[in-house]
Amino acid sequence: MTPRISPVTQVVAIGIGAALFVVLGLVRIPTPIPNTSINIQYALLAVFAVLYGPIAGALIGLIGHIILDAVSFGSIWLSWEIASGVFGLLLGFLMLRNRVMEGEFAGKDIVRFVVGVVIAQVVAFLVVAPLGDILIYSEPAGKVFAQGAVAALANSITASVLGVIILSVYARTRTRTGSLTVGS
Amino acid sequence: MSTPLLGYVDRPGPLHTLTGTAKLVLVIGIVGAAMISFDARFLAALAVASIVLWAASRIRPGDLAVVLWIVGTFMVLNNLLIFAFAPGYGTDLFGTRHVLIDGPGRWDLTSEQLFYQAVVTLKYFAVMPAMLLFITTTRPPEFASSLSRIGVPYRVSYSVSLALRYIPDVQRDFRTISQAQQARGLDTSKRQRLGVRIRNLVSVLLPLLLGALERIETVSSAMELRGFGREKRRTWFDERPFRARDLVVIAVAALLVAGAIALVVLNGGRYWNPFA
Repeated sequence: MTPRISPVTQVVAIGIGAALFVVLGLVRIPTPIPNTSINIQYALLAVFAVLYGPIAGALIGLIGHIILDAVSFGSIWLSWEIASGVFGLLLGFLMLRNRVMEGEFAGKDIVRFVVGVVIAQVVAFLVVAPLGDILIYSEPAGKVFAQGAVAALANSITASVLGVIILSVYARTRTRTGSLTVGS
Repeated sequence: MSTPLLGYVDRPGPLHTLTGTAKLVLVIGIVGAAMISFDARFLAALAVASIVLWAASRIRPGDLAVVLWIVGTFMVLNNLLIFAFAPGYGTDLFGTRHVLIDGPGRWDLTSEQLFYQAVVTLKYFAVMPAMLLFITTTRPPEFASSLSRIGVPYRVSYSVSLALRYIPDVQRDFRTISQAQQARGLDTSKRQRLGVRIRNLVSVLLPLLLGALERIETVSSAMELRGFGREKRRTWFDERPFRARDLVVIAVAALLVAGAIALVVLNGGRYWNPFA
């Protein structure tokens, strides 16, 4: 985030990011396992957390997930919505001072992104979501940790694979800083 | 494929005339109360009250058939999962054990477990009708102004408003891009192998996201030019003054939360134990 992102851009990014989160959350991409679909919204959340920082990431996850649950189940499940926010927040922090907007996303950045996604997913869905389920909804520990583990694994894979592809392509569309300097 | 199942239903009824703020406070109250309490009597009362509200709202069950079907499936799956992972959890909670059916291994069906799972299901159904009613009777712009009125920073409220406003746009873009790619022979359905499916998915996601990022720049420039975010406060087009009935609704919400907390103190815990 070398050039600070203006608060107005953040407001818009949160709004449109949350809208994308909802729409992609409603898309069901079937997998070979019955009744299980690929959750592509976490790839989008990862991309936005990288581009617009931790606060935007946290709010996109929280707002997007609440609206998604409200319009698809008519109910909210607070512990998992908070977990989505935590994922955006944490990944945003781990990726602070990236230079994707300046057209740089290669080698080291990719490794940092993938490791960041895995750490943020594990904290969000293997710690925050199950603990919330136990504290708020008093669900049995064994069940919620199993659910969290499946979610963290699946989301880590989709978010890192799709995220890397999207960020690399986006970086290529940006003008690099110093691209007009002679002889650099 | 990607249409939201729920939205505002324009069929004026008594709930439509309440201010968004009052309804929002009521929903927060119900969600909060249902979250705190595990008292089956309290949750049942809450569920009954929600259903009465529903009858008063002129929202027809037909408007919600698909959602109810999905929620029903979800609840069945959730209950099966709980039983598979923790068949003795009810006994841990209530301290007694009355076996109803002698199952294989540790999977005995006890009345405590049955009661616990009934409470979990009840908790869900106590919240759902109110939530559905709120969504179907409150217009999105009024929702944003209500958020700001109950103390959410207006920038965040505005983000929520933007999100609700852009969901249909993003959906239309998604459908257009997806159909364009399908016309080129890129399939994301079951007929393709998983690897190909994911590659084709990327070819839909990329234009969608790049378009959205560009739109963010356009919209934020437009808002910046109009001076958004310069003042500490802002006014809302959809703000309506409170009337007596709004204040009553807010008082009811406060009572619900107070009742839930009082029950926790009275029961000496979040559960009401009928087995003791």
